Amino acid sequence: MTKKFKLKSGKKKHAYLHKRHNKEIRFQLYGITAMLISFTMLAILLISIISRGYTAFVKTEISLPIEFSESVLVPDDDADYGSLVKESLKKMFPEASGRSDRMLLYKLISNNSSYRLKNLVNNNNNLIGKTVDVWFFASADVDIFEKGYISREIEEDSRQIKDKQIVWLDKLKEQGRLRKVFNTTFFTEGDSREPEQAGMLGSFIGSLFTILACMLLAAPIGVFAAIYLEEFARANVFTDFIEINISNLAAVPSIIYGLLGLAVYLNFFGLPRSSSLVGGLTLAMLVLPTIIITTRNAIKAVPPSIKDAATALGASRMQMVFHHIFPAAMPGIMTGVVLSVARTLGETAPLLMIGMVAFIADVPKTMIDPATTLPVQVFLWSDSPEMAFVEKTAACIIVLLVLLAAINGFAAYIRNKFEVKWE
Amino acid sequence: MFLLQLEAILGNMNQTIFFILIWLVGILAFYTGKKRALSSLQKGGGVTSLPRYFGYCSIIWAILPALLLWLFLLKSDQLIVLFYILIATIPGWLLIFSNKPSLFHARKHFEKWLKIFLILCATFSVLVTIVIVSSVLFESIRFFKDVPVFEFLFGTHWSPQTAIREDQAGSSGAFGAVPLFAGTFLITFIAMCVAVPLGLFSAIYISQYASSAARKIIKPSLEILAGIPTVVYGYFAVVSFSPFLREIGEFVGLSISSESALSAGIVMGIMIIPFILSLSDDVINSVPRALIYGSLAMGATKSETVKNVIIPAALPGIISAVLLGISRGIGETMIVVMAAGLSGNLTINPIESVTTVTVQIVTLLVGDHEFDSTKTLAAFALGLTLFVVTLFLNLIALIVSRKYREKYD
Repeated sequence: MTKKFKLKSGKKKHAYLHKRHNKEIRFQLYGITAMLISFTMLAILLISIISRGYTAFVKTEISLPIEFSESVLVPDDDADYGSLVKESLKKMFPEASGRSDRMLLYKLISNNSSYRLKNLVNNNNNLIGKTVDVWFFASADVDIFEKGYISREIEEDSRQIKDKQIVWLDKLKEQGRLRKVFNTTFFTEGDSREPEQAGMLGSFIGSLFTILACMLLAAPIGVFAAIYLEEFARANVFTDFIEINISNLAAVPSIIYGLLGLAVYLNFFGLPRSSSLVGGLTLAMLVLPTIIITTRNAIKAVPPSIKDAATALGASRMQMVFHHIFPAAMPGIMTGVVLSVARTLGETAPLLMIGMVAFIADVPKTMIDPATTLPVQVFLWSDSPEMAFVEKTAACIIVLLVLLAAINGFAAYIRNKFEVKWE
Repeated sequence: MFLLQLEAILGNMNQTIFFILIWLVGILAFYTGKKRALSSLQKGGGVTSLPRYFGYCSIIWAILPALLLWLFLLKSDQLIVLFYILIATIPGWLLIFSNKPSLFHARKHFEKWLKIFLILCATFSVLVTIVIVSSVLFESIRFFKDVPVFEFLFGTHWSPQTAIREDQAGSSGAFGAVPLFAGTFLITFIAMCVAVPLGLFSAIYISQYASSAARKIIKPSLEILAGIPTVVYGYFAVVSFSPFLREIGEFVGLSISSESALSAGIVMGIMIIPFILSLSDDVINSVPRALIYGSLAMGATKSETVKNVIIPAALPGIISAVLLGISRGIGETMIVVMAAGLSGNLTINPIESVTTVTVQIVTLLVGDHEFDSTKTLAAFALGLTLFVVTLFLNLIALIVSRKYREKYD
């Protein structure tokens, strides 16, 4: 003890402690600030998406008195239903006389109005000869105008809705011929080039098929592989290699799996491009390591006393594993599988590689039909120049996030309800 | 519904019927095998294992040959296939009728097959790696026949548009990937500048200062960030964050590109926060209590303990978390595809637009149907580079964290 510590005394000691305590407080502040920033980011992200998207769950409709005149409808095959709408609009707004005015007038109504009329007449033949009020989809521009995304103040030239159209719309509103209803189209239709007719059902079903194909392959293989590695594998070079391999696979960028899908499934096996089957098989490779790792952890958590008891009562190794360990680890395994379902649902990049980014209007019926998934739909819509697709994109994200929250909640439920806490 | 899916996948109705038929035969074999064992029991012959194991063995021997035959040899839909398939189930029937249940050890036999199946499942992950490496490598080698490796790795000009006609100007296209690497590292660097301090400080706060009740709320809610799909971050970057940055830029007199590296990098950083947070939280928590209590007992404040004891002790783990975060950032695709640029600028200015390796892979491959052009092959060469770099980072992270674990275990 050559070095002598000189204890600080009096005022000096006080100042020294003060300095240290200030440092302590500052350090704690750094931590709080870091957390607050992270939380703010999360909040901004969610708020910006919800505030953009919630309006897409409502759509504008316009009602027009349609005269189902026999002269137009009787030559049944190619009856011009579109002209009925046009006639009605002309009658309501006789002031629109010029060609360009008429074009503006017709643009108020979505271009699927003739299909709607055709369906109406096909379902109900009594309509012919009568005049009935029918609700039509407003066109996308009218829809976002009514939702307040287009200001009346900006100059007419740079506004999608012209002054004349605004006058007509106000008139319609006065007559009660303009209403906002819950947007069922968004949940019951496939994609469309027209924003007001576009829905997310197609991509939802696509996601469902993709998850199904993925889990049918990945879940059994992953779980059995984990059982082998945890319970049967001897500690040797090969097992070690498999283990390093799995932990590395878990960190390979997802886009590489897309390259794998493209090279192997599409080019080598010749499976149908853009199909949810190929999407699922590709994502199966992606979630396989995750499933293996979570299953192994679940099996590890089963106490050795159960193994010993089973073996002592004469169970073979296989019986011990499949009759005792496996059921005991089941809640943990299921949690892992459900979480990888969430991962599958949110994955986008590999699916771009295997051609699931095409515009597909039809709702897929089988796994080999061309399809997109929810996140890919988000990507596709976010690329569209139309303003009306911005709210659709955000709404699709809201649906996606709600689904993910539900899946994660389900995983948490399984964990809390069924998982046994071993003493 | 199920039949419809099956039929679509298998191609036609006959195939579906064959497939279902094979399984029906399997079920029949199961019950016959089981019944024979049972009747042997009733006759007083005795059995070696539970009757159902005889059933399982019968299924294996009836179905496996038939399925293999149907899959690999006779992928046709003619009815004659049915005949072959039925012949292929003969081993199952032979097993049932030629072995005496009192002598044939069905359980051991079945467990042998089960173990083989388990081993196959475990090797499947190795197979995936081999397939990834070989498919990417194979296409890359084809690419490097057209473009020398040296030019690819050190060329500074990237414009992969190959001409349609031979005599067109600039027909060759340029495949110097340095601008892409630079762009990738710039964006990843910005992302780590956001994620590491925020993630690390949050982890320290959560593990050292927060009460356990607060911890239970804070950690899961920050992990929400990890569950958000990357395409959502991309949308956020494009629609909200880039315009916001532009406005700030205009306010201070900078013209920030709408596809700036800064915007993509910061949003990517937000995505990586929970990753760094939970990894470093784990390592901080695994620092032995004795070290921490020792430091506190000597009169050190909590912050001094963190700085002088916890961080040095947890450093290898934190480094490995950061390395994994970097590898994540390099491989991240959707955020940069949506928020970063397409043209390869060689710059370190964060407010300019840069492109990344993953962006180029996507743009080269999306919508491109022909598979032999240098353009599409270039995507595989980029993929190989990406794979090698991330593999390298992951391996280092693994080695570092293993060393660390050995230190305290």
